Amino acid sequence: MIQLEIRKSLHGSAGAMNLSIGIEIKEQDFVALTGKSGSGKTTFLRILAGLERAEGNITVSGEVWQDGKHFLPPQQRKIGYVFQDYALFPNMTVEENLLFAEKDKVLAERLLELTELHDLKKRLPHSLSGGQQQRVSLCRAMMKRPKLLLMDEPLSALDPDMRMKLQNEILALHREFGTTTVMVSHDPSEIYRLASRVLLLEQGQIINDGSPKEVLLQTQGSQKFSFEGELLDIAKADVIYVAVVSIGQQLVEVVVSSREAEKLKIGQKVRVSTKAFAPMIVGA
Amino acid sequence: MGEILRTMDFTPFVLSFKLAALTSVILFAVALPLAWYLSQTRSKAKPVLEAVTALPIVLPPSVLGFYMLWALSAHSPIGAFFEDTFGIKLAFSFTGLVIASCFYSMPFMVQPLQSGFESLNRNMLEASYIAGKSRFATLLKVALPNIKPSLLTALIVTFAHTVGEFGVVLMVGGSIPGKTKVASVAIYDMVEVMDYTSAHIYSAIMIVMSFLVLLAVYIFNAKQHKKFGLQ
Repeated sequence: MIQLEIRKSLHGSAGAMNLSIGIEIKEQDFVALTGKSGSGKTTFLRILAGLERAEGNITVSGEVWQDGKHFLPPQQRKIGYVFQDYALFPNMTVEENLLFAEKDKVLAERLLELTELHDLKKRLPHSLSGGQQQRVSLCRAMMKRPKLLLMDEPLSALDPDMRMKLQNEILALHREFGTTTVMVSHDPSEIYRLASRVLLLEQGQIINDGSPKEVLLQTQGSQKFSFEGELLDIAKADVIYVAVVSIGQQLVEVVVSSREAEKLKIGQKVRVSTKAFAPMIVGA
Repeated sequence: MGEILRTMDFTPFVLSFKLAALTSVILFAVALPLAWYLSQTRSKAKPVLEAVTALPIVLPPSVLGFYMLWALSAHSPIGAFFEDTFGIKLAFSFTGLVIASCFYSMPFMVQPLQSGFESLNRNMLEASYIAGKSRFATLLKVALPNIKPSLLTALIVTFAHTVGEFGVVLMVGGSIPGKTKVASVAIYDMVEVMDYTSAHIYSAIMIVMSFLVLLAVYIFNAKQHKKFGLQ
């Protein structure tokens, strides 16, 4: 069980704000931390890691990491940390990167097998692809058999295929080691697949806390589909208007009436939703 | 020509290299923690320390030489302390030269190391702390091996700069043959007595050696960038 209650005043891009978080995290839980950039997600992770100071208490399975009197430095907190930019040691081979964290050859071998990096263990980081480097970073973070694994947007620099592969590996490692994990992510599908609990952060406060379904599914009432997007264009076609909306990476056309078209402004955020109908799903 | 070279006294060169080697080694030990501290600190004292460190670059060597001479002489507390305690006369001695050179060449050791450390990925250093390593272990095993080009630049430029110094060594050391008469001072003396042949030979040796050393640094750095994929 992790119990924490922390406060810190920050000077973010949107002016001053107060980071104030009080939560409990269950052992072996996989928590996703999401929210707009500048909402304090990374700072929260850094405070957990002891890389930044904050007021308050952090207790991890009965051990005090910080309170009014004590402050455990990052060296003494049993954590693993995966950075977005991998942060590997360029002067060490893949294997040396792992052994630097902990001289445990058996565990290193096992982690390298699990992540299919075994053949690359004598290589230097710069000769690996981004996905491979992030897998090394993940293995390195697991070397200390951490009580808490922290990941700061670990997959955001990777292409979609590599993301999927690494999500599976993160899942596999989580099943194998049962490490309590806190991961920052912006990707709803990633959160849905990996996390058992989602914290939505805004201006340094948790404004939503629940299962991925509760927090991420944005349909309400009888709505079946509901997507948020940006209105790119409205064009008149005979008697109707056709709006072009960008949703995620896709563009969709939606028919709107002339009265609706008057109220919409190009460039604004819109929500495209529909009530009960019978959608068809065809394999892509 | 062969005859001239054979009869030529190369002691000043030996002295120059001895001075430069000692200065580089001592300065490395002093400047390494200082550069590391400057690269990591957010203290308000940082600009003050940086300005003091950089002073020898802008000061006329005569100013530095004058203060060094004053500080090392038996009339100052420092000079008196060394003479009373260790029986060492610092002014016009080789030891005094080494001390003066350390001050004079300080920025050439500190600055490349500091900018090397500052260019390191902070996350990488933090990854080392999280891996349980102390600041000192991180400095030795992570920071230093990843700034090899800066490290080599610092050492070589300090060495070369010390070989090339003139004003400070002349003021602090005088020109005592076999003790404090280094190559640059020797050339000055040769020109003074219009021994242009020797001055030419000495100067030519200086140019060729300096060029070769700098060339080696640039070749090494280019290779390092390739090997580790540094920018």
